[in-house]
Amino acid sequence: MKSDSKLEKVLSEGKFGVTCELGPPQHADPDNISKKAEHLKGNADAVNITDNQTAIVRMSSIAASKLAIDAGLEPVAQMVCRDRNRIAMQSDILGAAALGIKNILLLSGDHQTFGNHPEASNVYDLDSINLIQMVKNMRDEKIFQSGDPIKEHEPRMFIGAVENPFADPFEFRVARLAKKANAGADFIQTQCIFDMNRFKEWMKMVVDRGIHERLYILAGITPVRSHKALVYMNKNVAGITVPEELIKRMEDADEPKEEGVKVAIEQIQEIQAIEGVAGLHLMPIGWESITSVIMEKTGLLPRP
Amino acid sequence: MIVGDRKPLEEILESIKDFKKILLLGCGGCVTICFSGGEKAAGLLASQISIARKDAGNPIEIDEATPTRVCEHEFIDELKDKIDSVDAVLSLSCGVGVQTLAEQYEDKIIIPALNTTFMGYPVEHAVWEERCAGCGDCVLGWTGGLCPISRCAKKLLNGPCGGSVDGVCEVDSEKECIWHSIYDRLKRIGKLENLEKVRDPKDWRTSTNAGQRKSEFKEAQL
Repeated sequence: MKSDSKLEKVLSEGKFGVTCELGPPQHADPDNISKKAEHLKGNADAVNITDNQTAIVRMSSIAASKLAIDAGLEPVAQMVCRDRNRIAMQSDILGAAALGIKNILLLSGDHQTFGNHPEASNVYDLDSINLIQMVKNMRDEKIFQSGDPIKEHEPRMFIGAVENPFADPFEFRVARLAKKANAGADFIQTQCIFDMNRFKEWMKMVVDRGIHERLYILAGITPVRSHKALVYMNKNVAGITVPEELIKRMEDADEPKEEGVKVAIEQIQEIQAIEGVAGLHLMPIGWESITSVIMEKTGLLPRP
Repeated sequence: MIVGDRKPLEEILESIKDFKKILLLGCGGCVTICFSGGEKAAGLLASQISIARKDAGNPIEIDEATPTRVCEHEFIDELKDKIDSVDAVLSLSCGVGVQTLAEQYEDKIIIPALNTTFMGYPVEHAVWEERCAGCGDCVLGWTGGLCPISRCAKKLLNGPCGGSVDGVCEVDSEKECIWHSIYDRLKRIGKLENLEKVRDPKDWRTSTNAGQRKSEFKEAQL
């Protein structure tokens, strides 16, 4: 075991892992985290705590992760390259480890022009692959980015990263995944999957190169309440494609919410059958309360 | 003007090691003025490469040219025959020139021989200093004509940091504290009140933070 992470334990035992997501609030109330945690407790092995997602200022992911621990969750603290240089990143990694955070998810981050401070200067001192390598070296080589030794208590993180099988150039997305494995990622969460055929095609390329044996791939599933959400994502979110049939199915449904749950359950069953998929990353954006309903119906409960 | 430093010879040799015939381009624009990339610099580099490759038992054929400016299509159009006949183009132009070549000659390998460094001017003969970071929202009007964006290591907007001593920057004792100089200059021209106001955070969208920038002059468009 590389860390004390429960998520790592579940995945390393070959069990189908489950993660979900919790977005910190745009204010400083700690109870917000414990309330949201109630929906998620017992439904996932670990919960991503997002880092100022869509570049909108929110409670710090590390502080919110600590509150999540206090509320009985195992957090996956997210860290983006947009807002911190390598000094701040390493400092935050040490701080996160000291607070008992055992999983970290490292990503480039949404550009600040999408958020509420578009005039901000971005950092991008390191990119996501550099960052993965740095956190791995802190753990395994016990060195800082500078090469200076971490003399004791190195931060032992289970290292996550993301990949989007629906972005272009399509073939390079597999090479990029391999780069993340080479850099030291232990697990991957994918972008929300709506185009299952394309995801399968991508997973086949991943398996052909044996990358699934080097890291755990958690497939991203997003339940939606209406076809409008799908239309919106298809049109406005770069790197998300939604098949027309799925939009139509949701549009034609008499009970769109129930249909949304049904679709998600079918998608979860489908990803479980794909070679190389080690788990599920459930992201009910703005619909966290549905998590337990879906988890109940998939037969993935109780969690180990 | 754009200033550049020629890359070290070893790095240039490594970057062209697989080629038998190259076109070495100088540029007649900015980098001629700063000596690093003009016709003379190209001639010197060609000799150095030829000698090194001959000594290594791997001779190379080098064609040379120095267009007026590499950064405009009309000046590199005429190089087509030369470019078609070589394995790669080694360019002493700035990064803008290298990209103009790469965009115009899509199938050709284009290699830079110069590190583009900054926009600046010669403070003495053959010494250049940075003066502009191209931030896209000029502050010189209230800073006495001295730029804190390109010349302060922290890009501060509200005066010198606590590390300014005797007009020298805390980062490097060879560098002036530009905020100290701004203070002196504003004092001289009777505009010290410019420093009293709390300046708002800068909008960095006009700089490189929002990706590639574009500039249009509508009246002159065809």
